[in-house]
Amino acid sequence: MRAMVYRGPYKVRVEEKDIPKIEHPNDAIVRVTTGAICGSDLHLYHGMMPDTRVGMTFGHEFVGVVEQVGPSVERLKPGDRVMVPFNVYCGSCYFCSRGLYSNCHNVNPNATAVGGIYGYSHTCGGYDGGQAEFARVPFADVGPGLIPDWMDEEDAVLLTDALPTGYFGAQLGDIVEGDTVVVFGAGPVGLFAAKSAWLMGAGRVIVIDHLEYRLEKARSFAHAETFNFTEYDDIVVHLKKETDYLGADVVIDAVGAEADGNFLQHVTSSKLKLQGGSPIALNWAIDSVRKGGTVSVVGAYGPMFSAVKFGDAMNKGLTLRMNQCPVKRQWPRLFEHIRNGYLKPSDIVTHRIPLEHIAEGYHIFSAKLDNIIKPLVVAGQP
Amino acid sequence: MSEIATPYIASKTTLKRSAEDLRSQIPGWGADLDPADRPSYPRENPGIETGAHWDFPERQPEKWPRERSVEHAFLPPVFGTSTPPAGVSGAVRKHAYKYSEGRAAHWLLLIAADRIDAWEHHLRSFASLRPDNPVTETGVLSEFSRGGLRSRFGQKRADVNHQWIDPIIVGGPWALAAGALAAVAFRTLRKRRRA
Repeated sequence: MRAMVYRGPYKVRVEEKDIPKIEHPNDAIVRVTTGAICGSDLHLYHGMMPDTRVGMTFGHEFVGVVEQVGPSVERLKPGDRVMVPFNVYCGSCYFCSRGLYSNCHNVNPNATAVGGIYGYSHTCGGYDGGQAEFARVPFADVGPGLIPDWMDEEDAVLLTDALPTGYFGAQLGDIVEGDTVVVFGAGPVGLFAAKSAWLMGAGRVIVIDHLEYRLEKARSFAHAETFNFTEYDDIVVHLKKETDYLGADVVIDAVGAEADGNFLQHVTSSKLKLQGGSPIALNWAIDSVRKGGTVSVVGAYGPMFSAVKFGDAMNKGLTLRMNQCPVKRQWPRLFEHIRNGYLKPSDIVTHRIPLEHIAEGYHIFSAKLDNIIKPLVVAGQP
Repeated sequence: MSEIATPYIASKTTLKRSAEDLRSQIPGWGADLDPADRPSYPRENPGIETGAHWDFPERQPEKWPRERSVEHAFLPPVFGTSTPPAGVSGAVRKHAYKYSEGRAAHWLLLIAADRIDAWEHHLRSFASLRPDNPVTETGVLSEFSRGGLRSRFGQKRADVNHQWIDPIIVGGPWALAAGALAAVAFRTLRKRRRA
């Protein structure tokens, strides 16, 4: 089969690989029809995530058709159209049985602090991902779900990570009616978090980024007020002024490990790998939320230490909430919102990259060229 | 805004838009108003239906000694089988797994192994029919077809101040390696001429 493979920092190519095999009785093999590149794939691409091995296939957002199932699979059969949450999870461990699917303890030998994620380094379990023609999907009776007939494939692929993660980020904020919500990052997750904040009754939603075209999308897609932090001497002070010096009730970090806005923080993390991630957005979140407020973190960070302003968080009495999203827990409600017309996930898709051109796709996304917001990876096209 | 800013007095400034305005202007506003009626509430929901029909999953065969965190009681029953550890990078990785996830040594060794791994594969590729090609593999030609200049300049972007480092990260080691090879070749030729 054809598959994207990592060749070292900033380098990927498409190679012939063996079609994955059933390795466990509850495995399925899925023929991928649409995948995506996630902003967090860029952390792998830039060599930031420890134990990212040359030869690995990335991709944790994908949908497809079941090609083969293992002998214990009861809920899927060959030919079913499925959407696959980015979480690999067993459904039966201490954590899964309480709904913490992203914290599964039975699928990742390499680390206990993180569950399993498709195509996301050995630190997340060493599973090849879905930027390929086929993928192995463990626990087929637990993770993947049938794509409803009424759902567009492009909406379905965004339900495997970006939309549930943004929606989950808004939930972690514990938003109550009338809250002022600030979202750092106008990428796919930030846009969905902003949109979701309204569903939870926010009175005001403000999105911060430095890319004008993404802020334009935040205004048109997510009905948000926007500020470009490069236009202000200090975005934290500006946010204080905007909230009558109180600070926001809830701030969501939808940026994560490669945040911009401070040269030293960015270079020491993204380039020199001396920090698990550049905590610029997180520090701004801590400083711009009101005392007693909530900071929700859905931006991805590496496992190493980062220079976080923890003293301010403590002194302000903040609630810090965070996790990788347990995707499948969000689906029933998100399906409803899509059917009701409240959400149209594929509105944020800007690029459809054939698998064979994935190196260009990664470069365009990494360098933020061509007004890119969300690139999908399209199978079967030259 | 009040005359005295909000944090110095008890009451909160009233928002410009009422709930009725927001409901009429924003599709779905307030559909998830009740915090107790949101999908991830409560955070832990014992007994949630997951589809699992086992208490403990069957064990996947271990085809090679699978490296694992020392914080695990045993090898978890299911795991990824991509890219087994090999070569010098594999040895460094296996050593890294002797340290817990709480130790910086664990992560720093893994990152070092990643760099070694890349070089092992670059060198190996030169002995193959498909050597690594930094031009096609970085996708850098899309700079010309997808508006590299237009996308960066005059756009108030904060990342332009460090993007110049990327070509050094990617191309620097190749340039150093090429330089070292050229130096060795030059010395060898000079020695031969003298002989």
